[in-house]
Order: sequence, then C-alpha cells, then structure tokens
Amino acid sequence: MRILLIEDDPDTAQHVRRGLAESMHVVDHTDNGNDGLGLALTEHYDVIIVDRMLPGRDGISLIKALREKNQRLPILILSALGDTDDRVAGLKAGGDDYLAKPFAFSELLARVEALQRRTQQGPITTKLQVGDLTVDLLSREVRRANQLISLQPREYRLLLYLVQHADQVVTRTMLLETVWDYHFDPQTNVIDVHISRLRSKIDRDFDSPLLHTVRGAGYVISEHR
Amino acid sequence: MNIARFFPSTTFKLVIWYVGLFSLSVIVIFGFIYWSTATYMATQTDAAIETEIQALAEHYEKGGIRALRQLIVERVQRQHPTGTTIFLLTNPAYQPLVGNISGWPKGNENGGWIDFTLEDAGTAGNELHMARARPFLLRGGFHLLVGRDTETLQVAKTRIIQSLSWGLVLTLVLGIAGGIVMSGRMLRRLDVINDTSQHIMDGDLSQRVLLSGDNDEFDQLARNLNRMLDKIETLLDDIHRVSDNIAHDMKTPLARLRARLESLVQSSQEDLATRHDLDVALRESDQLLTMFNVVLRIARIEATPHIQPTEHVNLAILARDLIDLYEPLAAEKNLTLSCPTNQAVMIAGDRDMLFQAFSNLIDNAIKYAPLESHVVLDTDLGPKPFFEISDQGPGIPEPQHERVFQRFHRLDQSRSTPGNGLGLSLVRAVTNVHSATISLSDNRPGLAVRVTFPAAW
Repeated sequence: MRILLIEDDPDTAQHVRRGLAESMHVVDHTDNGNDGLGLALTEHYDVIIVDRMLPGRDGISLIKALREKNQRLPILILSALGDTDDRVAGLKAGGDDYLAKPFAFSELLARVEALQRRTQQGPITTKLQVGDLTVDLLSREVRRANQLISLQPREYRLLLYLVQHADQVVTRTMLLETVWDYHFDPQTNVIDVHISRLRSKIDRDFDSPLLHTVRGAGYVISEHR
Repeated sequence: MNIARFFPSTTFKLVIWYVGLFSLSVIVIFGFIYWSTATYMATQTDAAIETEIQALAEHYEKGGIRALRQLIVERVQRQHPTGTTIFLLTNPAYQPLVGNISGWPKGNENGGWIDFTLEDAGTAGNELHMARARPFLLRGGFHLLVGRDTETLQVAKTRIIQSLSWGLVLTLVLGIAGGIVMSGRMLRRLDVINDTSQHIMDGDLSQRVLLSGDNDEFDQLARNLNRMLDKIETLLDDIHRVSDNIAHDMKTPLARLRARLESLVQSSQEDLATRHDLDVALRESDQLLTMFNVVLRIARIEATPHIQPTEHVNLAILARDLIDLYEPLAAEKNLTLSCPTNQAVMIAGDRDMLFQAFSNLIDNAIKYAPLESHVVLDTDLGPKPFFEISDQGPGIPEPQHERVFQRFHRLDQSRSTPGNGLGLSLVRAVTNVHSATISLSDNRPGLAVRVTFPAAW
C-alpha cells in the first residue's frame, strides 16, 4: 500500500514511517500542508494520513481542498485534539477516520488498513469465513467446524466486525465506535470482558484458537497465528 | 413591573429610604414654616396691643380720664362688630368704667400678659374664645386693659397645620409614586444587565449588555461590564489556545516516549525480566497519557457552550446501552445490572459526553459494589428528568460528598484501588455543560448518584 504521511513532528513522523515500512507499506512523508496537498494531488496514494495542526496549510483546509478534487481517497486525521467536536469537525471536512494523539502505532496501523480495505471491496458475498468459522450474513448463523454456535445479538455484531476485518488488528476503540457506536474512553477493560465471552463460545471447545489478543494493540481474528 | 420582584428589591429599599428621608425633611421644613408664621402672628398682635396701650396712655396724660373714656367708646364703636380688640378701663378697685368686656379677666398673668377665655355671646350662641390682653396701670390708680381675641389666630394656625398636613400627604404619595417609577426604570435597566449576565453564565460569552444611549451611570456600568467581558473572552481564548498548545506540545513528546517504548517491546529480544519492565513502563506511560487526556478533556468540556436544545438524547436507551456494555463486567462479580424504566426519557444533551459520564459512574459502582449485589440504573421524566445509578457498596460519607468532585481527589479507602481521581470531576464537568445537577445520597446501604436535568428544553 502506498501511503502519504503529512506530519510536522519529526519524531512522530519517523515512528510512523518506520512502523508502516515494517508492515510492508511504502510511505512518502512531508512536514507541511502545502507540499502535502501538492503531493496528494499529483501522486497516487492508497491512504493519506494528515496531522490537524500543520505549518503552511492546516489539516482541515488541506482535506477540504483535496475533497474538491478527489472524493474517494481515504484520509485519516491525526490530532492532539481528541474531543468530539474536533472529531466531528475533522470528519465533516471530509476525513474518513480520526485518531487522537498520542496513539499506539498498532491503533494507527489497524485503522489505516481498515480504511484501505473499505475502498477495496472484495467479491460480494453472503457468507464470511475464517478458518473453519463461518458467519452467514443472511440467517445470522455462526458455525465452527459445522457446529452451530448461538450468540447474543451484541456478540454477533462483535464477531461480525472482527470477521469482516479478519487477519487485521482491531483495536478496543474501534470496537467501541463501531459495535457500540459511542465515542468515549472506558476507564476499565469492558471490551476485554466481551471478547473473553465471545472467545469462550467460539474457541474454547476447539483445538486451534481463532481470536487472538495482540499485546498493547487489540484483537485479531485469524487462523494463522 | 412584577410586584413580587419589586418588594425584596434594592430599589424598593431605596424608595423607602428616599420617601422616608424626603418626608422627614418636608416635616422639618413645614414645622419651621409653621413655627415662624405662628410666632410672627403672635408678635404682630402683641406689638399692635402695645402701640394701642401707648396711644391710650398718652391720651390720658393729655386729657385725663374723661378724654380716655371718650376715646375708648369711640374705638369700641368704630370697630367692626366682630372686631377682635378688647378694651377695658376700670377704677382702682377693678370696677369697669368703660369697655367691651364685662369685667377684669381672671387668667394667668405671665410677663405682663394675661391669657384668658372669653365668652362670646355672638349670633351663633355662646362660644369660648381664647384671648390675650395686656394690663396697664394709669396714673391715679385706673387700670387699663387692651387685648385681642386670639380665636382668628388659632383658626389661622389650624388652617396652616391642615394645609401643611395635606402637603405632607401629597409629598408622601408623590414621593412613593415617583420612587416606584424611578426604581421601575432602574429595575428595567438592571434587568437588561442581569439577563445578559445570565446568558453569559450559560456559556454564551459573545453576549454584550445593551447600552441605552443616555450615557448615564448605567451606560457607564454596562460599558465597563462589556469591556470586562471582552477582556475575559480574549483571556479565555488564550487559555483555549494555551491548552490546545499544551495538548499539542506536551502530548507529542509523551507520545514519542510511548512510541519508543512500544517499538522496544515489539522488537525486544531481551530476557523475560527486561520485557516485563518494558511492559510496565509502557503501561505507566499509558496511564500518564490517559490522565493528561482526561484533565484536558475536562477543561475542554468545561469551556464548551451549554448544550443546545436541538440535540436530543433518550436516557432510557443510554441506560440500556450502558447495561449492554457493562453487563459482562458486572457478571464477573455476580452483580445484577438492571433498569426499571420502560418509557422514553428525552433530554437535550450530547450522547457521547453523557455516555462517558454515566460509564464513569457505572465503573465506580461496579468497582465498589460487594459480590452478588444489585446495581440499579433508574431514569424517569419525573417533575424533572433524572438519571440515577445506585449500588450497595460502602457508599461515601456525607462530609465527603462535595469533595469527591474535585480533581485528583480520592477517598482514603479507595487509594489502593486503581483510578486517578478524575472520573467524578469529568462527570461534574459533563453535567455542568448540560445545566444538570448531580447529587449523592445514601442508598442504605450504598451510594446513589443522581443527575437531574433541567425540566424545560
């Protein structure tokens, strides 16, 4: 994946570049808004990561300008301002996702990959599969090794989101935002408890676990781990 | 003008003082007028009598007793029948020789004057009049008395008192009416300032007090207030900018620290002990960042304008979602989470903010509730919509109720449990933004936290 990073803080930029490079992505970096807009308009990128506060042209105005030319390009906003209002302002301007600083790199990676996947739709299907786990989107039936597993509605939505992002790290915040639809920071490990419930239903009676915890980042559902 | 508001008002007190002082000064002035008029009239009368006596005495000196008698008769006759001058001439034994009263009056003699009552056999029957006369001893032992019926003087005095009293009443009425009108004007001017301040306290700092254009003290006050508000607004903007900059400038190095630790953890081939230390360091930095974020968030929530009544939140759905999210966590302690509400409870609010606040409260309830107890989320429209979370834990002693909302405040018994003492401060900030009140009460046993929202929206 080819990624444009527009970030003025050299350390953050270096950290992100190195992390993305390790995950086999190609990164172009610039530290100001004007160059960023120029690159974004002339080169082809799969995802753009842009800081909100930038010298030259700030992130929001960059996104607005970019959206006038290119409607589809996924944009992730980085910002030290982590409040609902800022989030809404960023998303209104045309950003696709919003990540408040400081962030764990794994969170950034998870979101970038989710953004890219969103634009690269796979074949349309009514059945999702990870290893021997299948999710029937029509009947909402979940089977593992052909055994029917009964899930609560919320557990089903949790599993569905994980399966839709199979082999991809999904963070706790992403789960809260999409499965519960609330933007907030829980003080305790509420999500972990939901995951361990789900795990006990889909993994406990089977030899190889599918639902893995990624230390310091979140969760991933995958058969290769 | 609202009467119920008028009576306790400062302006009412002002009116009372104003009318009181005004009446007092009017009474003093009127008293002086009365006193000087009455004295003047009395001295005038006395002087006239003295002159008359002088004239009569001179006549006696020149023409003897006969001439005096003649003159007195003339004077009495020439006088108007209702005339008020009294003449009496007696022999040395006080037997009347000539005059218009029947005998020497018995009265209190006082400094050469006699005050006595006179029986006037007029057309309207017998009337008692006050009279005042001056006796004079003529050569040869004759007694001369010249005086005046002071009734007219009394009447005049009474009239003066009457008209002055009416004047006083009129003054009072006009003073009160004037005071009410004046204070009504003042109240209206103050109302403008009060209304504006209320709007500003509700979070709209862009409001300014309207000037009347009279350029009076109120306008000066309003102008000063407006200038002060301008200053506060710039200061607040500065604070926002500063806190944004702090967020940007201080969180960034912290984030770098975290990032370094993160890549160390990921790439480390170190022994188990080092890895463990790195993990702990990462967790610590996460905690530091979380705390930092929460403090900034509280500051920013406090600075947001009050919630506009266009954003509607159903508290019952919020309660249901909270239970859905926290039920597994509660189940680990065998707690039951329940919400008895089955009707919609609509309020004006920010859904995410309220969810954050209530989740902090549930977190606390679950943390402190004893095993196998009940945590109840209740919400109702009531007279005012409310949201209440009650547990059966140790509760919070009454004297601590206010202090738990202070930043970084932790109860002694909870120092050993994880937390940063910011949860309830954030709740308070969120409720303030919603113009809601938060109250703690004893759930016997346990704690009940109730957030009450304003009724009208």
